[in-house]
Amino acid sequence: MTALATDLAIELRGVTKKYRYFTLDNIDLKLPRGQIMGLIGANGAGKSTTIRILMGLVHQDSGAARVLGHNMPAEQVAAKWDIGFASEDMRLYDSMSLGWHMNFIRSIYPKWDAAYAQLLLKRFGLRAEQKIKGLSHGQRVKSALLLVLARKPKLLVLDEPTTGLDPVARHEILRELTSVMADEDRSILFSSHNTQDVEQISDQITFIDRGRMIDSMDKELYLDRWRRLRLEVPLGIELPALPGIIDVRREGRLAVATSNAFVPDLASAYESTGARVQRIENMTLEEIFVANVEHSREEVEV
Amino acid sequence: MPGALILSQTDKRPIYVQIMDQIKQRIAAGDWVEGQPIPSIRQLAVDLQVSVITVKRAYYDLEREGVIVTQHGKGSRVSSTPGLGAQLREQELQQHLEQAARIAAQLGMAPEQLEDKLREAGDRIAENERELI
Repeated sequence: MTALATDLAIELRGVTKKYRYFTLDNIDLKLPRGQIMGLIGANGAGKSTTIRILMGLVHQDSGAARVLGHNMPAEQVAAKWDIGFASEDMRLYDSMSLGWHMNFIRSIYPKWDAAYAQLLLKRFGLRAEQKIKGLSHGQRVKSALLLVLARKPKLLVLDEPTTGLDPVARHEILRELTSVMADEDRSILFSSHNTQDVEQISDQITFIDRGRMIDSMDKELYLDRWRRLRLEVPLGIELPALPGIIDVRREGRLAVATSNAFVPDLASAYESTGARVQRIENMTLEEIFVANVEHSREEVEV
Repeated sequence: MPGALILSQTDKRPIYVQIMDQIKQRIAAGDWVEGQPIPSIRQLAVDLQVSVITVKRAYYDLEREGVIVTQHGKGSRVSSTPGLGAQLREQELQQHLEQAARIAAQLGMAPEQLEDKLREAGDRIAENERELI
């Protein structure tokens, strides 16, 4: 069966979708099985459109989308047995209880794990008899997540799972997501603009800005490529333009250079001009996100 | 959680470096002994709530440094090098000394001056400890 023949949980190739005021342009990404991918981008960047295409909810104009070996949107019915999808606008019935929803999902999905569902109720501090309309935002998010997690799907697709949650609820959700990864055969794709969550739990990172994909790769390799170099430059010496340096800010004798392709040779190259490298700093994903978006927007506008 | 490592959000170093550091500390302290099995990559990732790839990176670098050994299908263990704990403590001292030497050089200090400063620091610590008794 094709679904078993691939080591990729998700593969998008050249996926494009045009709207009147927005184009999702030529998206390529690969998520290996057993890994978590964080999809990062500002509001309106195209994260939700990307997710809707790979769920078969929106049909791409061109390009290929394969999810668990199924072509989307053509084979979405077969694919959806093994995909758990949760988004903010997921509709639960207000007048029904969480327990009613649990029984409903259980009646559809034979792989429903009742013991795990009970455990999640406890861990998330939820009660089955509670009606949906009485729930807080955080409780709703956790309820929706419980309903997909207890199905034990091979792939979880989560649109902004931690947005608007208090720190404790966020922590509870991140813990459940990472514990899913104890099983090497399960994968997660989630979108977020909380870069700290993405930095903590993702194996793969994909950046989208204004409908274009800026980067998509292994998180450790990615973080490793970015550095900030703090330099002391004697007055009268101009810093040379070096490959891999995307930004230099200088005031007087002090300069800060940002690299997106760091190698130790960069530091030696600066030193050979008479500058002194005071410090080479790692960058957080948040700092990289901002630097990257600014840099790629400049490139587009040139 | 067995022997939970604790990561810090205010620690500016990458998470994989923090993981390496804490594993070395456990070995240096003698809590993890030579040849002892350690958590699998996936298990530690779940325990620490970080990505598998981050722990993999830490284990890979620890293996390159000869601190742990990973065998396919058998998991990872502390390397069987005799005196590994003492070696790691020595290494840590060396790093601090190199850092001090670097700053001294930047300040234009001669090695003898640094030696004096080191002796003074030792005296101050000894004095503080006497006061505590």
